[in-house]
Amino acid sequence: MLEAIEGSQAIARAVAMCRPQVVAAYPITPQTHIVEGLSRLIANGTLSAQYISVESEFSAASVVMGASAAGSRSYTASASQGILLMTEVLYNIAGLRIPTVLTVANRAVSAPLSIWNDHQDSMSVRDAGWIQLYCANNQEAVDTTIQAFFISEKTEIPVMVCVDGYTLTHTLEPVDIPSQEEIDAFLPPFHFRRTLDPQNPITVGTLVSPDFFTEARAVNHQAFKKAIKTIHETDDLFFQLTGRRLGALLSVTGDSTAKTGILLMGSVFGTLSDALFSHEEKDEIRLLKLRSFRPFPKEDLQEAVRGLKTLIVLDRSLSTGSDGGIVGMEVRSALFGQKNAPRIINAVVGLGGRDLPLSLLSRLLDLSKNPDTPEFLFADIEPSRILEEVSSPVNTVHSEEK
Amino acid sequence: MEDLPPKSVSLSLLREQQPRFTGLEAGHRACQGCGQALAARLVLEAAGPDVIIANATGCLEIFSSTWPESAWRTPWIHSLFENTAAVASGIEAAMRAQGRSTRVLAFAGDGGTFDIGFQSLSGMIERNHQVLYVCFDNEAYMNTGVQRSGSTPHGAWTTTSPLGTRSKGKKHYKKDLLSIIAAHRIPYAATASIAYPSDLRSKVRKALGEEGATFILIHSPCPLGWGHESHLSVEIDRLAVETGLFPLMEMERGELVNIMPIRKKRPVIDYIRPQERFRHLLEESDTAEEERNHLQALCDFNIERYGLLLDPEDTSSRPDSQSADTVRRGGTRWL
Repeated sequence: MLEAIEGSQAIARAVAMCRPQVVAAYPITPQTHIVEGLSRLIANGTLSAQYISVESEFSAASVVMGASAAGSRSYTASASQGILLMTEVLYNIAGLRIPTVLTVANRAVSAPLSIWNDHQDSMSVRDAGWIQLYCANNQEAVDTTIQAFFISEKTEIPVMVCVDGYTLTHTLEPVDIPSQEEIDAFLPPFHFRRTLDPQNPITVGTLVSPDFFTEARAVNHQAFKKAIKTIHETDDLFFQLTGRRLGALLSVTGDSTAKTGILLMGSVFGTLSDALFSHEEKDEIRLLKLRSFRPFPKEDLQEAVRGLKTLIVLDRSLSTGSDGGIVGMEVRSALFGQKNAPRIINAVVGLGGRDLPLSLLSRLLDLSKNPDTPEFLFADIEPSRILEEVSSPVNTVHSEEK
Repeated sequence: MEDLPPKSVSLSLLREQQPRFTGLEAGHRACQGCGQALAARLVLEAAGPDVIIANATGCLEIFSSTWPESAWRTPWIHSLFENTAAVASGIEAAMRAQGRSTRVLAFAGDGGTFDIGFQSLSGMIERNHQVLYVCFDNEAYMNTGVQRSGSTPHGAWTTTSPLGTRSKGKKHYKKDLLSIIAAHRIPYAATASIAYPSDLRSKVRKALGEEGATFILIHSPCPLGWGHESHLSVEIDRLAVETGLFPLMEMERGELVNIMPIRKKRPVIDYIRPQERFRHLLEESDTAEEERNHLQALCDFNIERYGLLLDPEDTSSRPDSQSADTVRRGGTRWL
């Protein structure tokens, strides 16, 4: 049943219906509404779980790690600085292959300080060994959260559900939250093979010599290859239950004969879909919604770009000093050496909460039509602001001189 | 002696007949005379097998768990250096959620407790998780090769508090961690020493019987880092207690409830002399003498503050630093 609900509250309810036994979190904008919601659901008895109000995100990640290792389903959420503070633990959880789910309310990383949305936080931990799923709208946020527990427990890889801060977390949308019966039918009770149990003692987190370290890493890498299949299967199972597909790892909308494609992650999908609806040349454009950044769906992507002359890749984060955006470089690498590969224009947009208006579509298409457009650019920059208002770096305000 | 099994009895049978649970098995890679290894074994003898251990990065973690070997007979997890108290909190929350009574232990060294893991420890105690946190205090970062920590005593040499024309060992004081822990109004906090094993074990049992967070700081000599003969670990640790430098005490909800009294006070020089880390304090110089006096003053301050000296008129039979646990190998008392 559809109901108008704020993204964070919808996510909190979805998490609660997955019956986590331990929730640990530390408040940070724009994640707070999610954990406040969960805290309330636990306080009024709707959810029977331990809520651990930790003293930092570092401890939040550590608590959920301990809880999952000891055999309880666990959940945490954070954003921005909080994700970066968790980083060391995130690598550790993934390296030890402990299943858990983390919602990232995507936000820029300081400095300059910004509480608004981009993808720098989750992108900064892309190598930590977590599955990363990006949500286009609040329905996807709810459904992906439910799928995430299933995928994580099946693959023994922790899953990050990335939701655009404010754009999704603080926005009311009509959302269909599955019933408790549906979720119980989909998600079996938490079971972890390598649980800390005095009846069957195991040693977890050992020192590994150079003789075995590469193999340990390689095994985790192979698990990601297998996870591609699991993500597809999970989406199929979920479809049988709810009639909704989330597009597994990468989904394509628009005409298969289109010559121009736009590849994106997250909520900008909605903006571009709306813009496309009223666009004259909509038959000429294909939208590629990248849902899973890790594992990266290389083969799906190679298939999805077939027939395209130009592919615009949107990036909402930056590897400063590199030769492109993070998604852009990944896409370039995946298509390198492919026959009839499209021309790739990598556009960084929407950093630090810069608005992504409907006019973005025509701006991008103009760029694609211009043969002089560089391979990589900041597509929504205001050059005049650099020259006139901003003396780099933008972190100092001088007091007026006497 | 006639009670001992004959020599032909296998090691495994001997273990079966052993009266106490061995949680940390022999065959690990600790140095000879490692105080931490002995302390960890004693803790588990008292705690028994129905425990889960979260262990910080450090010597204990490294020497006990090099893949594919493990010296642990209990479920054991090592995550990182500074998050042990938080991992233990999570395990405890899971036990609570599952309605299980298994006790959770957190093991860490002084670096992981006094310094880098201090925040998560404070959080764990504030939230009053049912966890016994044990700090094996060997007074420096021994795993990385003897660097100063917040626990290193004043005047001690380490590789990062070296001797030079402008330095005579660690300039700062050892952090008074127990007072900070006690200020959380923690149900039970205590100090213990490997020189007093039955006292140590009884403190572990007492801690595990409490509701909520508990903390034990165990002084654990490190022959390598302190620079003493490996067979002297126990004796040196006893001297730490008898000089008043490391007082043994128990605190409940922040109040001092028990101390181990010193029957015969020893001068701090007796403790310093066998340790290489204090050798520069034995020199014939004004500064060395000043530092010696300084350390003696710290001992005297502890004795005064906690009332450690046993009143000669006291004829009660309570254990003191000379009579408690001083049975040596072979059964004779150490005098």
